[in-house]
Amino acid sequence: MEIVLNGKNLDIIEGITLLELLKSRDILPETVVVELNKEIVHSNVFSDTILNDGDHLEVLRFVGGG
Amino acid sequence: MIDDIFEIGGLKLASRLFTGTGKYADDSVIPDVCQASGSQVVTVALRRVDMESDAGNVMDFIPKHMQLLPNTSGARTADEAVRIARLAKAMGCGDWIKIEVISDSKYLLPDGYETARATEILAKEGFVVLPYVNADLYVARSLVDAGAAAVMPLGAPIGSNRGLKTKEMIRILIDEIGIPVIVDAGIGNPSEACEAMEMGADACLVNTAIATSSDPVLMGRAFGRAVKAGREAYLAGAGARQMQAVASSPLTGFLSEG
Repeated sequence: MEIVLNGKNLDIIEGITLLELLKSRDILPETVVVELNKEIVHSNVFSDTILNDGDHLEVLRFVGGG
Repeated sequence: MIDDIFEIGGLKLASRLFTGTGKYADDSVIPDVCQASGSQVVTVALRRVDMESDAGNVMDFIPKHMQLLPNTSGARTADEAVRIARLAKAMGCGDWIKIEVISDSKYLLPDGYETARATEILAKEGFVVLPYVNADLYVARSLVDAGAAAVMPLGAPIGSNRGLKTKEMIRILIDEIGIPVIVDAGIGNPSEACEAMEMGADACLVNTAIATSSDPVLMGRAFGRAVKAGREAYLAGAGARQMQAVASSPLTGFLSEG
């Protein structure tokens, strides 16, 4: 199964949740904001959100800026 | 002097200096810059997490009492700015947003029409909208109508450290616009921030000049003092200008008289 994560293709295992994916990449869920197929996913449902083939996922965070 | 409080977005601020968090050689200096400058509002940007790098998180260095002002940098249209603003709000750090809609990569000048469109949408959604704009009276008026909390005209192109190149146009905005005017971008020296404040600007936003100084903490303190000095001078009111000399000492009682 393949998704697009931050513009890059990524193979993932079937049935993985958003929370599991973030943890597998050492990303602290409370430090990011996530958009799944252009819809914002709130952090309280990360653990209930199962990823599907072809999903477009954006994982963003604050960085230094002016 | 009566306490001079700057009210914006439901907050009462003691400092009229906003600071950025970009371009620091080392983000760990940010807390000291915040303290030395007195700034209570800091800008941040929203970007994709780099999966290949374990770079530090700038949020670890922003003191908890600071008001965050996320920007929409990277947006080229109103719709992209709205998308970024909603994502920034979902981070759970408040509903302030600095609108930046830029499609010109050489001078990074803001697109007034798209900025006004984004401002209208986001103000209706309850955001405290601070748009980065050219110092243009008609654009500023459209932003007031769109529900902006302030207008943020540029002094010179972003990161250029060239000072108040748009000074006369900013003066007109201060005179004509009924919402706060915050000079953003291009300020390179504390004297320029002071000049903007003397002229009646409500606040200044400074990033590059502090972050790329060889001593950001000292430069932050200098900017904090300059903004305060300029504000106090504005409140005090400058004396009248004359074309000829007007003696400051009495013109009577000279030794040589009589």
